[in-house]
Amino acid sequence: MSDARAETRLWLAQRISAAVLAVCVVVHLATMVAAVQGGLTTAEIVGRVGGNVGWLSFYGLFILAAAVHAPIGIRSVLSEMTQMSKERAGLLAGIFGLFLAVLGFRAVLGIYQLGGGG
Amino acid sequence: MSGATLSVSVWRGGGDGRFVEYKVPRRESQTVLDVITHIQRHLDPGLSYRFSCRVGVCGSCAMTVNGKARWTCRTHVSRVADDGRLRVEPLRNLAVVKDLAVDMTDFFDKWAKAKGAFAPTATRGDDFAAISPNDPKREQASAGIECIGCGVCYGTCDVVGWNPDYLGPAALNRAWTLVNDARDGAGAQRLKAVAGDGGCLGCHSQQGCVQSCPKHLNPTASIAGLKRTTALAALKGEL
Repeated sequence: MSDARAETRLWLAQRISAAVLAVCVVVHLATMVAAVQGGLTTAEIVGRVGGNVGWLSFYGLFILAAAVHAPIGIRSVLSEMTQMSKERAGLLAGIFGLFLAVLGFRAVLGIYQLGGGG
Repeated sequence: MSGATLSVSVWRGGGDGRFVEYKVPRRESQTVLDVITHIQRHLDPGLSYRFSCRVGVCGSCAMTVNGKARWTCRTHVSRVADDGRLRVEPLRNLAVVKDLAVDMTDFFDKWAKAKGAFAPTATRGDDFAAISPNDPKREQASAGIECIGCGVCYGTCDVVGWNPDYLGPAALNRAWTLVNDARDGAGAQRLKAVAGDGGCLGCHSQQGCVQSCPKHLNPTASIAGLKRTTALAALKGEL
């Protein structure tokens, strides 16, 4: 069995990030539904979200939660569904998480800067 | 009923065996165990299978019947073979010894790994522990205490198939009853034993164990209890 303490911490991290994601997804979807009423264009999105520290923080948290949550699940799927060792699955999942975080933060920062932020 | 026959496919051999077809007379109130016994006594004396009490007390006759793990002694043919066909295999997730008999060693070893043995804190000189049946912890323990270790949940659980280290629903359910037993003194070691990926955190909550348990227990709820308790212990740095 893998180290019980480390596994339990990963499990907790996945549950806590899931709770954050649940709130973030609801806010994100509600905002999308509201925003699409005024026409969905790049200018509209940048005008509403860009340069706003509140939205930057919200989506930053969203990205962080996704980058924590998804790789832990991917690690479990890889180690259960393939012959891969837990260590290798953890490494691949970690790379995937890093990829998510970099792409996500790049997009969030990009929108923020387009709106005149930073 | 008289004159009717059942077509029964029975697993023969070890892990790399094959199904063999038998024709068995259909009878009133016939159980799957009756069918298997008929095959052994009248058609093929070489058939190996395990049973003891025949009345749902011992749990030794568990097999896979038409794709689902069941006690064969408590499964009437009428409940599972509407079309007159039965397919009987050994329990899944356990090595096949021969035909329908599986090696239960892993199953019981995992009970030991989950610290499924009661660790007494009192001596025979002490008085009885006074525990109210309405005590919330006792109620949690009582909810899972009727497990007889038949292995039906273990043979149903997908996670056991995916992760050979996974302790399985029965062992974890047993651990949960002891975590809630005020007289037991091995709580901290037990939580360490059942934490982690091979323990309670490996459970996907698919509830196959709940659906298949012939005693109508809820091992998923017990495992959820273990998850909460181990997570709390990890937060407190006690794990």
